[in-house]
Amino acid sequence: MARYVANRVAQAIMLLVVVSAIGFAILHLAPGGPLSQYAASAQMTQEDLDRVSRQLGLDRPLPIQYLDWFGRMLRGDWGHSYRDGGDVLSVIGSHLGATFELMATATIIAVLLGSWIGVLGALRRYSLFDTLATVGAMIALSIPTFWFGLVAIYVFSVKLDWLPSGNQETIGDGSLLDLLHHLIAPALVLALVETAMWGRFMRSSMLEVINQDYIRTARAKGIPEWRILTRHALRNALLPMITVAGLQFPTLLGGALVTETVFTWPGMGRLFLDSIGYRDYPVVMGILMFSATMVLLGSLLADILYAVADPRIRVG
Amino acid sequence: MSTAVLSIAHPTPGQAAWRRFRRHRLALAGAVIILVLVVGSTFGPYLLPFDDTYIDVMKRFAPPLSGAHLLGTDELGRDVLARLMMGGRISLAIGIVAMVIAMAVGIVVGAFAGFYGGVVGAVLMRLVDAVLCFPSIFLLLALAALTEPGLVTTTVLIAATAWMGVARVVEAQVRSLRERDFAIAAIAFGSSNLRIMFRELVPNAMAPIVVAATLNVAKAILLESYVSYLGYGIQPPAASWGNMLNNAQIYLTSAPWLAIAPGVAITLAVTSFNFLGDGLRDALDPRMNIP
Repeated sequence: MARYVANRVAQAIMLLVVVSAIGFAILHLAPGGPLSQYAASAQMTQEDLDRVSRQLGLDRPLPIQYLDWFGRMLRGDWGHSYRDGGDVLSVIGSHLGATFELMATATIIAVLLGSWIGVLGALRRYSLFDTLATVGAMIALSIPTFWFGLVAIYVFSVKLDWLPSGNQETIGDGSLLDLLHHLIAPALVLALVETAMWGRFMRSSMLEVINQDYIRTARAKGIPEWRILTRHALRNALLPMITVAGLQFPTLLGGALVTETVFTWPGMGRLFLDSIGYRDYPVVMGILMFSATMVLLGSLLADILYAVADPRIRVG
Repeated sequence: MSTAVLSIAHPTPGQAAWRRFRRHRLALAGAVIILVLVVGSTFGPYLLPFDDTYIDVMKRFAPPLSGAHLLGTDELGRDVLARLMMGGRISLAIGIVAMVIAMAVGIVVGAFAGFYGGVVGAVLMRLVDAVLCFPSIFLLLALAALTEPGLVTTTVLIAATAWMGVARVVEAQVRSLRERDFAIAAIAFGSSNLRIMFRELVPNAMAPIVVAATLNVAKAILLESYVSYLGYGIQPPAASWGNMLNNAQIYLTSAPWLAIAPGVAITLAVTSFNFLGDGLRDALDPRMNIP
């Protein structure tokens, strides 16, 4: 087990180096590179630019600059926002709570609803429910999230006036009820794609399990059907879903960005778009690197959890 | 004595695939809808009396089915149907061209990684893994923010964030195909590596490549709608399905039809390509048929 984990961690570190190299390359693609903030100012002469470039160490060879930049990233020095001079990592940190709230709620909805749809679809394969669920999932995966958000706002905020059309809370209220009221629409919109994906994977995982010999053995032993379902089938079908959860993470982050924009949700995705609008490259790069690192850690965690849950993985 | 002639006509693989595909009614429906969308946005604009960029300030916010404007007009009095058709040209073209670029890059990377394996393969596939760590919308927007937005950049950037899946598919296929007899025969025959890769191995991996390509068009259309909606893709006055939704949120209360038509068009196109890809997977790859 320790060997498997060490192996997997080493892989993740190697991947982090490649990810950071890509991030560094993108940073240098910016018009004017890391100097763009200074180059935009009309008062800066070429000599000033050269001086700043020397002060920032930008005249050194690229590999040295990369190592320096990577080292600072590891120490938590991610630069400063052009907009307000704030430390990039703490700027991101201050927006993380809202994004996490949204993503966690959407994930809970998706896992519960998706598992139910997937399991029922597998048990009643090719039934009307299964067909509708399969077609529905495909359509759900094809609807642009932002448009679904717009439709939700139109129906539930404009027409029915049941839900607020955006923001995390009513200013001056902020009670738990108010927070939940604001959370419903964006969480459901974000959960749509996740539910569809989760349901599809759950269905095929369940189908694989219920045709196994041990299920037939359990039936032959006369174990009640509901017990076979919960104790034998579901537990085994849920195992590979750990990997699915890891794989879904990038989609979830991307979906959160769009959902936050539509619902003016004060999270990381919204911050990312605002920063792009202001050409605040340190924050843009920071969020890009942060999200990639999160995805990397997510898949590492999923792999390790899977190995903990299923001994066949770490041996094989 | 007469001999009974018993003929068992074995369908060719092509016929078998077509038979399987025909059974997949949603895939057929998808193909038909795609055809309608392509023909409609290609020839439709010639049939309309309105130009997609013609501004008629006297007829702003005309609702659908009121007078001459079938789908109404937008905030500048432009005909929504004309914009929908012109937007369709751009959105569909981006979807297809971005797919072609992504496939080309993915096939080359995957073929080299799968054929050479070892260090070359490891480096290329780790690169694929690394790019996959970036959520595509984040990567796309960050790159779009660094460049001048437009038709060409949007297409190239979408391709840049969509080639990795194909590379994985091709790598796995080529890696297993190169051990097969026909590949070994080609090596013994003295064919060059490039020839073996692209004339022997890749054509034999065509089924999963075609499926991936179809699903890739769906993904590209979706990504175009995201970046253009967020303002970093196709720039007005040119229309795309994504940027038509740009201002839709502001006018949601007064003119909801501005949000409906482009959204339905995107959903219809993406769903159709997804169903088509699903049907092609069932038809071309019988091994995948089991679940």
